[in-house]
Amino acid sequence: MTLFNPVRALGRGVLSLLRSIGAIAIFAGLSLRAVIGPFFLGQFTQQLVRIGFLSLPVVGLTALFTGAALALNIYVGGERFNAESFVPNIVALGIVRELGPVIAALMLAGRVSSGIAAEIGAMRATEQIDALHTLTIDPMRFLVVPRVLAGIVVLPLLVLVADIIGVFGGFLVGITTLEFDPTVYVRNSADILERWDVISGLIKAAVFGFLLTLMGCYHGYYAQGGAQGVGRAATHAVVSAAMLIFAANFILTSMFV
Amino acid sequence: MSSTVKIAWKNVTKRFGSKTVLDRLSLDANEGKSLVIIGGSGTGKSVTIKTALGLIPPDKGHVEIDGRRVRSGDPSDPGLDQIGMLFQSGALFDSLTVWENVAFKLLKARKMKRAEARERAIEALEQVDLEPDVAGRAPRELSGGMLKRASLARAIVTRPAILFFDEPTTGLDPVTADVINRLIVRQVKSLGATAVTITHDMASMRMIADEVAMIEDGRIRWRGGLDGIDSCADPAVCAFVQGRSIDD
Repeated sequence: MTLFNPVRALGRGVLSLLRSIGAIAIFAGLSLRAVIGPFFLGQFTQQLVRIGFLSLPVVGLTALFTGAALALNIYVGGERFNAESFVPNIVALGIVRELGPVIAALMLAGRVSSGIAAEIGAMRATEQIDALHTLTIDPMRFLVVPRVLAGIVVLPLLVLVADIIGVFGGFLVGITTLEFDPTVYVRNSADILERWDVISGLIKAAVFGFLLTLMGCYHGYYAQGGAQGVGRAATHAVVSAAMLIFAANFILTSMFV
Repeated sequence: MSSTVKIAWKNVTKRFGSKTVLDRLSLDANEGKSLVIIGGSGTGKSVTIKTALGLIPPDKGHVEIDGRRVRSGDPSDPGLDQIGMLFQSGALFDSLTVWENVAFKLLKARKMKRAEARERAIEALEQVDLEPDVAGRAPRELSGGMLKRASLARAIVTRPAILFFDEPTTGLDPVTADVINRLIVRQVKSLGATAVTITHDMASMRMIADEVAMIEDGRIRWRGGLDGIDSCADPAVCAFVQGRSIDD
């Protein structure tokens, strides 16, 4: 009997995973369908501010320190085979193609996905979502669509800011600690970047924006069990958003290479 | 004189996992009458209302409003447009002021201008004896009784033909509960609405009801006029109404 338990547990785990994937896919389909129809512009602009503008300090600071640390690490590694001069190039490429979008998205998964899940989860627990329905307003259209669209629109803009600040972080370390000439540093950073590097990062950002807001909405919308359920929804939203961001990042990077 | 059926539950069955909450439940709410549904906790009262609102889809059977099937999960169902609902928790939106909550349907669904909607909201607040200065407050600044009244104002602001009340006096002190009951009676009468209330509160039932239905194990155990409930021969109904165990 005990021998079969791991198999049973694995089977249950796989079934549960498949069920979750199916439920998320259906939810995503319902969200996309709800895009057609009345649009709540006020909700959308409110979410642009909440998701975008209010996340600027978090994203900016994270990008600054990431760029600075990246420059130091690349310098240490590059020094071993006399390639220190590539610091500006690799920092710029690394930030714009990879770290800018991923770091910004992960910070927003923590800040925004959890916030959305908690807010919508609390609305579920206090019957506010049922109230929307009885007031003839489609909750998907009123709550989910504005948040997901705002995520798709705002994340590329945040990533653009993160790219600039991240490269600037590398630049600061480069000229103050690593004794780079400022003009050379800037020129090397600019020379290495191609338009596609920036665009591919922004495409990633839009996909991550969709995923992290969708996860917040999904876990909040189906939250159960009062305060505990709301907390659980927020946790699940962050974890699932982060996992999906990493998975999507790998898939998109493979496509863009 | 025979009454017209406004809302009809027709052999509605609803299961959650292995538990059958509604078991081929059939019930009519007559036009212009106030039907109160009573029953113990977990007997399916809330689910009964939610099937009529399209919030929970029945597994079998269906609900009709004015002879038309309710479409579950569809907020654009025309039946919903004539419904006002008072939720047990009030269910006011935290992010909006009281008047915005009351006028929510007017603003978002009917696209009324803000000034006009605000006027209508303040009128509705006055109808439930709330002063206009409450209009600009946030729901969290209101007491339990005021919250229920604001929620009642939201339910009546569009002058609906059907009103649902889910445990309208739960969590209120007896005096405030009495105020809410009187407001409900007054509003239902002035609108000429069909009302369906679910409650555990027998004082509330006696004040609000024209007709009473008792649910047990997901089915209608007893149905009749208010005057017949004390003289009914069913021991379970007597015990419930008198607030004692059936074994006593």
